[in-house]
Amino acid sequence: MANPHDHHPGDPHSLHASNSEERLWHRAAGLPLVDLAEVSSRYGGTVALENVSLKIWPGQFMAIVGPNGGGKTTLLRTILGMVPISSGKVLLRGRPLTRSALERIGYVPQLETIDWNFPITVEEVISMGFFLKNRWFGGIAEKDKRKLNNIMERLNLAALGKRHIRELSGGQQQAVFIGRALLGDPELILLDEPASGLDIRSRDDVIHFLHEINHQGVAVVLTAHDLNWVAAHLPWAVCVNQRLIAEGRPNEIFNAEVLRKAYSGELVVFHHDGTVMIGERPHAPHM
Amino acid sequence: MSFLTPFEYEFFRNGLIAAVVVGGLCGFIGVYVVLRRMSYIGHGLSHAIFGGAVLSYVWNINFFLGGGLWALLAGFLIHSISHRRWVGADAAIGVVTTSSFALGVAIISTHRTFTRNIETALFGNILGITQTDLGIVVIISLMVCGALYLIRRPLLFATFDPEVASAYGIATGKIDLLFITLLAVTVLASTQILGVTLVAAAMVIPPVIGRYLTQRFQTLLITSPILGALCGAVGMFLSFYFDISSAATIVLTAAALFTALEIAMLARGKKPSVVL
Repeated sequence: MANPHDHHPGDPHSLHASNSEERLWHRAAGLPLVDLAEVSSRYGGTVALENVSLKIWPGQFMAIVGPNGGGKTTLLRTILGMVPISSGKVLLRGRPLTRSALERIGYVPQLETIDWNFPITVEEVISMGFFLKNRWFGGIAEKDKRKLNNIMERLNLAALGKRHIRELSGGQQQAVFIGRALLGDPELILLDEPASGLDIRSRDDVIHFLHEINHQGVAVVLTAHDLNWVAAHLPWAVCVNQRLIAEGRPNEIFNAEVLRKAYSGELVVFHHDGTVMIGERPHAPHM
Repeated sequence: MSFLTPFEYEFFRNGLIAAVVVGGLCGFIGVYVVLRRMSYIGHGLSHAIFGGAVLSYVWNINFFLGGGLWALLAGFLIHSISHRRWVGADAAIGVVTTSSFALGVAIISTHRTFTRNIETALFGNILGITQTDLGIVVIISLMVCGALYLIRRPLLFATFDPEVASAYGIATGKIDLLFITLLAVTVLASTQILGVTLVAAAMVIPPVIGRYLTQRFQTLLITSPILGALCGAVGMFLSFYFDISSAATIVLTAAALFTALEIAMLARGKKPSVVL
């Protein structure tokens, strides 16, 4: 299993430059952002996660893959404290889950869960990210307005602020919700299937945004179905199917044995130009 | 008869103020009702209040007190049943509100002496509203609007994206309960004006019309109450001039505006870019 510390970009000139020393200190001290220790959870009588242990490090860029119902979304929701755990523990920065600790985590839901008929503009959605800072009262300060504009520019949304969210392309829609998560100055962003339902161009836009965010020192953890997309763009992957099956670089863990354990089926794995590629094994035609 | 003729009558002046205030209030809270897909809850709560109204008459309790407590109880029951997820929200509303309405009907069948008061509860009596009633309606409206303003941020977040709102630390269950309480109070204040059968229309039609006019949430929060208040005022005048039931005229005015917009859209070959 490769060392997850190897690939952290950690740009000191980032949005979080003031926190960069703190980040380095935590890495040096070996303190992960998130530490799941033998976590199990259930929905009613159904096991969702069983004895999953996983660490997420500052600046890490990680995909969680696995079959439908394998616990990918539950894993994200467990980190956010939205799923009660039956055993094990979840630590954020070495401490139990608390409201203030969760404030440094941004969450981007699946686009399918959004009501696209809701009368709301791009700017109104992104501004929801101020909730953590301004809570129930107080206006948006001039400094925060500049920050909002800055984030919209970075995500190429500056000219689209007054547009309804349904008028955007899939990639732009995903960028809106990434923007809302960024407004809370997160150390970690969790994204639930950000590439799902997007065309190739939009998926490219999304991974471009995420790489940029990660290069600025924010840890990014996403769930994904497309193993080839993960292998092509992400440096680290975790494979789950209720249990943690494997963790490491996609090139190393996307092999026939791991995929058989995860997906209970035979997949074709081959390497091309340094990248692993996974294909489905065609069924023999009936004669 | 001039435009100012109706103002010579105190009952009209009181009724006009009540119609504008209640129209604006229903239009305001109606934005959230429609976006949270709770239109049926507004309709159901007004019917649930009917049971409380009948009991208030029988026990000789003030309508606002008896009806209010009954509405809050109904709202709490709907909230708790639907949040347990064994029963869908629509089924929970059906059980609670029709039971309450049936209780009212059962009590009426044994006390036939207050038919007129029951008609008021069913169809409203805007022209019979007293200065005291008007004062109570205005105070309730100000309190509901103030509370909605205070919780505007978590309420918007919980309405638009409840899953992420919960991840951001918003107690969505408590926000839902608070909202249904405010809704129950609004229905209570509006019932005496519009009657249990027409309150829901005043909460649903203005935001739906407003939705055709804007794609911005903040703008909808302004246009919907204005439309509600406008329909209240126009409905009152039409009711006076044509001698028709005031509550029905207010609702029909809003319905006519909605129909006119629909026809205008069809005539221009335009579909609304966003539908509710």
